[in-house]
Amino acid sequence: MGEELKVIVFALGNEEYGIEVDKVRTIERLSPITRVPKTASFIKGVINLRGVVVPVLDLRGRFNLSETTATENSRIIVVSVADIEVGFIVDSANDVIDIDSDTIDLPPEIVGGIKAKYLRGIAKLGEGRLLIMLNLSEVLNKNEIIQLEQLEV
Amino acid sequence: MDMNAYLSMFIDESNDHLQSLNENLLRLESEPEELSIVQTIFRSAHTLKGMSATMGYEDLAALTHEMENVLDLVRNSKLKMDSFIFDTLFKGLDALETMVQDIVGGGTGKADVTAIVTSLQLILKSDYSAGKAAQPPLEAAVTTVDGSTSASGGMLLDEFQSSILLQSIEAGLHVYHVHVTIRNNCLLKAVRAYMVFEVLERNGEVIKSVPSVQDIEQEKFDFTFSVFTISGLTQEELQGQLLNISEIEAIVVTALDSETLAVLSNAPAAAAAEAVEATVESSAVKPKAEIAREAAPRKGQAAPAPANVSRTIRVDIERLDMLMNLFSELLIDRVRLEQLSSEIKRSDLTETVEHMTRVSSDLQSIVLKLRMVPVDSVFNRFPRMIRDLAKSLDKKIELVITGADTELDRTVIDEIGDPLVHLLRNSVDHGIETVEERIAAGKPETGTIYLRAYHSGNHVFIEVEEDGRGIHHERVLKTAIKNGVVTEEQAKQLSPDEINMLIFAAGFSTADKISDISGRGVGLDVVKSKITSLGGNVTIDSAFGRGTKFSVQLPLTLSIISAMLIKLGSEKYAIPLSSIVETGILRKEQIINVHGNRMIEFRNGIIPLISLSKVLDSPDFNENDEDETEIVVVRKGEKWAAVMVDEFIGQSEIVLKSLGKYLTNIETISGATILGDGYVALIVDPNSLIK
Repeated sequence: MGEELKVIVFALGNEEYGIEVDKVRTIERLSPITRVPKTASFIKGVINLRGVVVPVLDLRGRFNLSETTATENSRIIVVSVADIEVGFIVDSANDVIDIDSDTIDLPPEIVGGIKAKYLRGIAKLGEGRLLIMLNLSEVLNKNEIIQLEQLEV
Repeated sequence: MDMNAYLSMFIDESNDHLQSLNENLLRLESEPEELSIVQTIFRSAHTLKGMSATMGYEDLAALTHEMENVLDLVRNSKLKMDSFIFDTLFKGLDALETMVQDIVGGGTGKADVTAIVTSLQLILKSDYSAGKAAQPPLEAAVTTVDGSTSASGGMLLDEFQSSILLQSIEAGLHVYHVHVTIRNNCLLKAVRAYMVFEVLERNGEVIKSVPSVQDIEQEKFDFTFSVFTISGLTQEELQGQLLNISEIEAIVVTALDSETLAVLSNAPAAAAAEAVEATVESSAVKPKAEIAREAAPRKGQAAPAPANVSRTIRVDIERLDMLMNLFSELLIDRVRLEQLSSEIKRSDLTETVEHMTRVSSDLQSIVLKLRMVPVDSVFNRFPRMIRDLAKSLDKKIELVITGADTELDRTVIDEIGDPLVHLLRNSVDHGIETVEERIAAGKPETGTIYLRAYHSGNHVFIEVEEDGRGIHHERVLKTAIKNGVVTEEQAKQLSPDEINMLIFAAGFSTADKISDISGRGVGLDVVKSKITSLGGNVTIDSAFGRGTKFSVQLPLTLSIISAMLIKLGSEKYAIPLSSIVETGILRKEQIINVHGNRMIEFRNGIIPLISLSKVLDSPDFNENDEDETEIVVVRKGEKWAAVMVDEFIGQSEIVLKSLGKYLTNIETISGATILGDGYVALIVDPNSLIK
């Protein structure tokens, strides 16, 4: 047995992703987002999270998946990593589960178009369910965003 | 008694005492005959010594102790202050400050102070002139100091503790040795011991305990311990109070006098310790003793009449920030409530909301006031700095400070120190002439620097003015051209004010020789950019031969600003009012095309016209579709520009929020604010619109 991990499960399209619970500050319903000009297209803008201004990213956009319109199930997961606080728009967030860190395998080279470095690993939940564990510090890596912006220009 | 709990208090109080030592020494230097100042200095030094000895910072205590000895001689008119003594005391203060800073930084507060201690001891023996002349005696003294410290290690009471006790006896307080025996069936020895300490500390001060306080706390003692304490109570009173604590077997209180103390401290043989005793014995400290006697009975009484001093508490800055954040959330809800009540139109609801509005605006002014700090907290280190600078440059300079009680937001205060240091150093180095030059120019030989602070409208002004040589325009221009700041053609067209402003340009320095005080050409442009980044402004007023005045204009607070809210289609933005010159309406035919750029005529000049919707990539607004557009004329220094917007919403006080660490360096956006409806509006940085 490895360590027990508590993980928040959320969905992007048909795939299920996981973020460790201790990195998640709160999960919110979609609230009006103020667009911030001159930023990468996946940065949707900023929201008012109880008096604190928090930037919001579209995870689909971040992973170069096609963006979908918001639904009743859409949520903003606010994570806090190394002093950076950011909200992710996801299609739905519906579960908290315990997983054994031993069941997490290293990510294969290419998974659903998402670059392997954004992934911490893949957890097998049984019954064919796979949970993609995100590597948050890579997802929030700003150097890469600067490169992306340069590409867009 | 966890020492860490007292550490922050110790640091705060040490800083206060160091500051007062600094100020009073400076005052004493200007009026050396005023013995009452010496008293104040002595008291600060004494308290500092006591505190640091209690906290276990021995080097700190040792140094203060030596300084105190010198001050004691001065106080009793046995020693006359001269510049060597002042310099040594100031050096001592610097060393103390360094040690306290080290403690603040988590260090042990240890430092090598032997050199200063030696000079202080030489002063004590009043043969420092000889010591200055010849090196060998100095070295000899150093070895004796070493000897004394190693010898004091084995004493029951060390040098500082015994000298504190001795001085307390002379001040008319009682010193007791208390031997406590706790019942051997007591379960919580540490708790009982703690109660004993509490009684002792309520009535006085605990100087030393055997075993140590930490050991007692961790129950590392058999059922007895003993304590040296200073108290205002009599022997019987103290014994009675201590016996009231339950599960105490016996209390033996022994009063100590100077002879018994001398035995306890093992009659130190080293030269340093002799000096201690000599000074302590010789001091007939009447005024201090009287004060102490007055204070002693007051301590014993339960509730003394409230003293007529302003009572303050120290509050963690983070808590104030938290209060501010919470309040700004409340503000947002208030605006929302106002909107709702005006929609619902029920009179009792409207009345309640109106009342809440009034209360919360009172609350707002108080919350903002809480964060206000007098500029004195920045100014207070300047007299000393100017004194040292003037001395090292061999100039005579008087610093006159006015308006030190002017209050500014803490966030501004934190940032303003360095720019002011630069300006003052610049005034001392470049502004004020040498004594000979001043006499030749027919000026009094002492130059004066005025440092003024005052409120005006929503701003605070800080002025640095001196009566020095003033700005030499030709020389400024020559240097500016030489250093490539301006071209010769540009130089010819500059107004006197513009020439003055050149000294703020990057890479500019007029000093013929580079000194370590200022004149590397990095100072003033840093000053300017710092103040601009705070939302302030610097101007210069100078008359050649008569002096220069730097005027710094600062906003009262950085957390709440006045702004104009505007609309661009569906989006709302805020533009800081401080950079808005005018608002107006512009018809399409008024736009002039100059060389492919759109311009408009404004106040007899031609200024560029900027499309905010293009700059911000507005999704649903384009001013080209309209015949008439609202414009906001903004300025950046002397440059103006007209910015086209969709609609004005109105002027409002907004709370500044940062965009967080993920979104940094976004062009044209300086921050965000939360509007009454809970939406986030971005704040446009007008400076970035004008290139």
